[in-house]
Amino acid sequence: MTFNPKSLFGRPTPRIDGVAKVTGAARYASDELVANPAFASLVTSEIARGHITGFDLSRAKAVPGVLDILTYETVGNQIKAPLGPDGGPTTTTLESNRIWHDGQIIAVVVADTFESAAEAAGKVHVSTMAEAASASFGAPGVEVQAITAGRPGEKTKGNQTEEKAAADAAFAAAPVKLDVRYATPPQHHNPIELFTTTCVWDGPNLTVYEPSQFMWGLKTATAKQLGIDPANVRAVSRYVGGAFGSKGNQTSRTAWIALAAKRLGRPVKLVPTRAQGFTIATYRAETRQHVRLSATADGKLTSMFHEGWEVSSRPSSYKVAGVEATSRLYAAPVIATAVNVVHADRATPGFMRAPAEVPYVFALESAMDELSYALNMDPIELRRVNDTQNDPVSGLPFSSRLLMPCFDQAAEKFGWSKRNPKPASMRRGEWLVGYGCASSFYPNNIGPAAVRISLAPSGKANVSMAAHELGTGAYTTVAITAAHSLGLAVKDVTVHLGDSDLPPVPVAGGSNNAATTTHVVVKACADIRQRLAEAAVAAEDSPFHSADPATLILAGGALRNADGLSEPLSKAVPRTGGRLEVYAENIPAGLPASAMAQLYNGHPLMSRGGNRKDVTAYAFGAHCVEVRVHSLTREIRVPRVVSAFAAGNVINPTTAHSQYMGGVIWGISSALHEATEIDPVSARVINANLADYIVPVNADAPSIDIIMVPENDDRVNPLGVKGIGEIGIVGMNAAISNAVFHATGKRIRELPVRAEKLL
Amino acid sequence: MRPFSYARATDLAQAVHLGRQTGQGQTDAPVQLLAGGTTLYDLMKLDVMVPDRLVDLGPLRPKLSSITPSAEGLHLGALAKMAHVAAHPVVQADYPALAQSLQLAASAQLRNMATLGGNVLQRTRCSYFRDPTWAACNKRNPGSGCAALTGFNRNHAVLGTDSSCIAQYPGDWAVALMALEADVSLTGPLGSRRLPFASLHRLAGGQPQFETNLQPGEVITAFFIPASKRAQRSVYVKVRDRTSYEFAIASAAVALEMDGDLVRQIRISLGGMAYRPWRAEGAEAVLTGKPLTEANAEAAGRAALAGAAGHGHNDYKLTLGPQTVVRALMQAKALPPASRKA
Ligand SMILES: Cc1cc2nc3c(=O)[nH]c(=O)nc-3n(C[C@H](O)[C@H](O)[C@H](O)COP(=O)(O)OP(=O)(O)OC[C@H]3O[C@@H](n4cnc5c(N)ncnc54)[C@H](O)[C@@H]3O)c2cc1C
Ligand code: SF4
Repeated sequence: MTFNPKSLFGRPTPRIDGVAKVTGAARYASDELVANPAFASLVTSEIARGHITGFDLSRAKAVPGVLDILTYETVGNQIKAPLGPDGGPTTTTLESNRIWHDGQIIAVVVADTFESAAEAAGKVHVSTMAEAASASFGAPGVEVQAITAGRPGEKTKGNQTEEKAAADAAFAAAPVKLDVRYATPPQHHNPIELFTTTCVWDGPNLTVYEPSQFMWGLKTATAKQLGIDPANVRAVSRYVGGAFGSKGNQTSRTAWIALAAKRLGRPVKLVPTRAQGFTIATYRAETRQHVRLSATADGKLTSMFHEGWEVSSRPSSYKVAGVEATSRLYAAPVIATAVNVVHADRATPGFMRAPAEVPYVFALESAMDELSYALNMDPIELRRVNDTQNDPVSGLPFSSRLLMPCFDQAAEKFGWSKRNPKPASMRRGEWLVGYGCASSFYPNNIGPAAVRISLAPSGKANVSMAAHELGTGAYTTVAITAAHSLGLAVKDVTVHLGDSDLPPVPVAGGSNNAATTTHVVVKACADIRQRLAEAAVAAEDSPFHSADPATLILAGGALRNADGLSEPLSKAVPRTGGRLEVYAENIPAGLPASAMAQLYNGHPLMSRGGNRKDVTAYAFGAHCVEVRVHSLTREIRVPRVVSAFAAGNVINPTTAHSQYMGGVIWGISSALHEATEIDPVSARVINANLADYIVPVNADAPSIDIIMVPENDDRVNPLGVKGIGEIGIVGMNAAISNAVFHATGKRIRELPVRAEKLL
Repeated sequence: MRPFSYARATDLAQAVHLGRQTGQGQTDAPVQLLAGGTTLYDLMKLDVMVPDRLVDLGPLRPKLSSITPSAEGLHLGALAKMAHVAAHPVVQADYPALAQSLQLAASAQLRNMATLGGNVLQRTRCSYFRDPTWAACNKRNPGSGCAALTGFNRNHAVLGTDSSCIAQYPGDWAVALMALEADVSLTGPLGSRRLPFASLHRLAGGQPQFETNLQPGEVITAFFIPASKRAQRSVYVKVRDRTSYEFAIASAAVALEMDGDLVRQIRISLGGMAYRPWRAEGAEAVLTGKPLTEANAEAAGRAALAGAAGHGHNDYKLTLGPQTVVRALMQAKALPPASRKA
């Protein structure tokens, strides 16, 4: 790389798509204009387990404008079922008469208008044979499957049984110990933009307009399901109205809508309901966890054991296995972990913002807080005593780890020193006051990617890649990287994303996209500079004739050298042809050369911060929160939060601040508000709407202070860029619950923490 | 989503005429009056209310939305918007519990749309009621059973329930109306009548599909809240899962008149835990003539929940309810005495 990352990044830049978004000009998938669409409406199951025994479609077909009704009887064998989020089997929809979970798609009604489709969907009569359904942990009929820890693509080192025995021995011998169980609830991302799909056929070619975190994945998976060549499928999603993991995997709806459009010979558009968003896509499954920590009297951990149980559907063994993450946080000499999947009559869960870390770090960071009281030690000091610069599992060095500087800066700004360590000792008027803290961390992932960049003599550049604008600011970070690499103003760069006709980029998940996209863009820009420089030194009329091309840089819209000589792009670019266009691919260190071909086939290999051979790469952070609990009625409020993060070079502090803040607020939600309620008898979702599935409103997040701790990490990747999309939420639930303990003396080990648990 | 017809009532007589099939507040009545629409449209979109015809009361608004304070009390037109009433200086000064109960309800957008008449007729938030794919709901589908009894009932009632229905009345304003002993005025096919607000809502009594004592075609035209010293020294306390835009898990209104250190007159009502807007007369009796100490307040809180029964997830209300009453009592005590003479 010829670029100094410091020169590229760090300047606060407003979103280049901000105006389009606030004026409505930004086209989300269902805003794309298609000619003469028909409209689809979904019929979903009202039981959680059983079989369909028959349909009576007569009333539905009698609704004026109804064109087609797809059921397993009519089309069941015409597509291949999609794979689950872990690449394994998952629940089906119209493929058979089997009902796996509440709200499963069982018919698709297509009509001339949205209204007729919805009316007719309500008139499809389905006869079913229901079987007793198991809702969740503890219900009769659930099946527990023990699994060795490890999330997809990662393997736990060592022998579980040996480690467990060693942990047990260390635990038994330790002077201070903690043995506790925690629970987290199911949660849904169900973002504001609904799970829409519009399919348009043009001869053999299919275009799918659907909000997606993985354009090339949507393209290839849809083709596979339909049994057609992926080259014939184009997926478009220029803007995504929130995804958080819910739009990363193939869901069942897409292929059925494509089939409906094929049968009709007319575009078909599906805009499902908000309630359907709770059952036709994925969610964060509930967990149960067991944590055992032991320590010396001065707080040094002597052992750690963390076991989790996670709910999944009957056919899928999807799991997040967050012990992979929690086992790397502190310097415990003996670490043992285990994970179990509990199969119930539920939909298959999937990735949701910091999938592994949100539930599992809640348990670990709550346990660390409990241990600090058992030791009579400040909880920040306990983390300091157990801080380490080496991954405690693999022994590899962390590429960088500024956990304690994050704590120190957050604590200073927060006023942690004013905390009276005694629980239930601080009060303000009628309100009990508590201070709590927790660590935050997230692995740094990076994947292969490709990009096409063109530069015109006018000094305007175009960047095209199938990356994803989920609301994170991806258009802007790509524009910043290209502009600063090419010596242009940000406004001179036009960015095209969200279209599988553009060069592939992996799924926007695991906070990889910032690192993934910047590296390939920088590489393409280096190529452009190189070609301009070589053309210039070869040209007799250039001021740089016969100079060393390596001495030329792009800055201020011109090719320049250190002596102050310059040549504008209007002269430099035409020398390479009419306009300069490059295509570049980047495969990060540690991935095989085949990674690019695999990406083109819809398989994104990822270099994961937790399983590299050279270093372990994580970003770190610290939260300090204040809670107030009413002395009589026990409502819990969070008047202020200070969080500090050290996550390498910050590309755009403006959008980074929003990412961190959004994560922190979602963490408040995770601690106090969110839970999908499952009816214990029928295993159905009860609160499938945004009135009853509560999330924070503005008044619940009055003061969020974000500190970005400067960090140079030249081992994580060449540009020192770490993803920040997920770290903000990690640990917040524990920090709040820890503060609630400090305020009240009551330890709540099951989320969400609500008034009734404190009475 | 179903077709329905829509008519605009040009005057009250026509509203009564068009609305004569409104039934007794049943969800399946074929004709529904339309005020702000924030309950009605919501439940129509959920397929819970499926009227054939809506009768829009909008054109009556100029006549039926006045806010008129007098020496005797406060007259409020039934079509007055929640937001306007909450912001009215006389309401805030002389009937603070009313203003607070409106201000703490729903969201700014909803308060700008919703009317007082529609507000008192809002329906329970029971999830099994609000989703017609649940077969067992006596309120929606008489005789079908009650899924909430064995289901998730965290925000169901602990007072005034029977085995036919344990739903909770969710509103705030009606709770304040109970403590301030309001009257409600109705006009129907048989003429006009005025009744104590306390007798508007019914208990389930094995027939939870009948929620109020409104007769077919009756339109709520106005509310009247008598002026009093205790109205001036009134509070509404709302406990909820988030800071704003959320229904109560418990609430209490208190109207207090002191005589030196002793309670001369007190009214206590409860929300977020009862089948209907709930007056806690037993708790009032505990305090009348006594000093308002913390111990007496706790005794009143316990009396307010006398006879309450939980159903599992909502057992916490048996503890939270009394605490909410204590909090409201202590807040009322901390207020300055009323400025009016009688
Ligand atoms: C998301 C949400 C949150 C909410 N939060 C709260 C809250 O925190 N606290 C709270 O108290 N409320 C809350 N509400 C309820 C809200 O206050 C009511 O929906 C509103 O007050 C109803 O008034 P409306 O004028 O819109 O009634 P409409 O929806 O128009 O009517 C409701 C019912 O009353 C009947 N009706 C209306 N006017 C009359 C009349 N004059 N005479 C006879 N019958 C009539 C209608 O036929 C209909 O059956 C919330 C509502 C929503 C949607
Ligand atoms: S509590 Fe009432 S409204 Fe709810 S399900 Fe039971 S009968 Fe229906």
